[in-house]
Amino acid sequence: MKEETYRRPTAGDHPPNLSPDYKSTTGRAPAKPAIALPHSLSEITGPLLADERLDAHENDLTKQRMAEPLGERIIVQGRVLDQDGKPVPGALVEIWQCNAAGRYHHPGDQHDAPLDPNFYGGGRVRADAEGQYKFITIKPGAYPWKNHHNAWRPAHIHFSLFGPAFATRLITQMYFPNDPLLAYDPIYKSVPAGARERLQASFEMDLTQPEWALGYRFDIVLRGRNATPME
Amino acid sequence: MSHALTPSQTIGPFFWGTIVNAYHADLAPPGVAGERIDVVLQLHDVQGAVVPDGVFEVWQANSHGRYNHPDDRRNLPLDAGFEGYGRASTFTDGTSRFTTVKPGRVPWPAGGLQAPHINVSIFARGVLNRLATRLYFDGDPALSDDPVLKLVEPARRDTLIAKRDDKGTWRLPIHLGGPKETVFFDV
Repeated sequence: MKEETYRRPTAGDHPPNLSPDYKSTTGRAPAKPAIALPHSLSEITGPLLADERLDAHENDLTKQRMAEPLGERIIVQGRVLDQDGKPVPGALVEIWQCNAAGRYHHPGDQHDAPLDPNFYGGGRVRADAEGQYKFITIKPGAYPWKNHHNAWRPAHIHFSLFGPAFATRLITQMYFPNDPLLAYDPIYKSVPAGARERLQASFEMDLTQPEWALGYRFDIVLRGRNATPME
Repeated sequence: MSHALTPSQTIGPFFWGTIVNAYHADLAPPGVAGERIDVVLQLHDVQGAVVPDGVFEVWQANSHGRYNHPDDRRNLPLDAGFEGYGRASTFTDGTSRFTTVKPGRVPWPAGGLQAPHINVSIFARGVLNRLATRLYFDGDPALSDDPVLKLVEPARRDTLIAKRDDKGTWRLPIHLGGPKETVFFDV
């Protein structure tokens, strides 16, 4: 049996594990190179979470509590694709983010900004047959962190995707276009120039709904399959 | 038309309550075939200190050696209720515990079988890319023939082999760096 395999990332697609300007990497980055594994069933299969039951409001972060959260309502919409531009149908997309004031609903977040009892900050949705997904949420705030003097994270939404295989697992962050804080953020800038720009959503008037919410597009590209090898 | 990959970013420290709210640490409800096992992974940084804000994910075949996935087309049984996926954040002592069944052997593309193993993903603040490794079982007679372990220099193979403690729990420390650095794989 000939298994299909997944294409390897090229240099410059992902950040190096050690990115010293992001200080936490110095204590947590492996020093030795990863060993390249030929793809067996262990790598080309992976959790599809097809039986995971999603509740009605999991993709609408403004409707998960008693009332609407404070902040600027936004629509974040896009497609989950592979490198050939083919949709990844049924992909589970998970997100989490801080509230409009820049505070996470998390006991470890001690930033002096208000919690919003109407905002939890977690969402999930399953992409449709064309790989389309859509979230309704509020625009997350910027917040300070202690990486360096006067360090502020640009507004961002965390994304988690499995794709079709163990090999395609991806956790990333979506940023907003032209945020002035991007130029100062060592996490965003850990990704080589030329690739980091892919992490910025685009503002889309077509996705914007009159009298209601601004729309942003964020397409996510996961690893594609290699061409079927010749027998 | 070729589309450029979306780059990876760290999971950060604040995933709790959102993605791990729905975690699965018990993979095998009653009735799933196979030898029931407890697995404890413990995450350490390059200095050896435990990492209390990490996430482990596991992916494995069932006890028959079959992955619950459409690309595993072999005629082997699937077990109802067993997907083979688990996820858990680390506790203050850096550990995550999974309850599952020992996986069966799965084939190697060049022929033969791999030793039983669990595929492991690691995420944490300060970790910019998903780190992938494997957990093997100490004493398994198939270890000496495993084609993946043969890719690893002998002195480092132990970083992939869980040992059984006196309660029967399989334990594997994962070191992100330092003298005991775990072998990570480019999958």
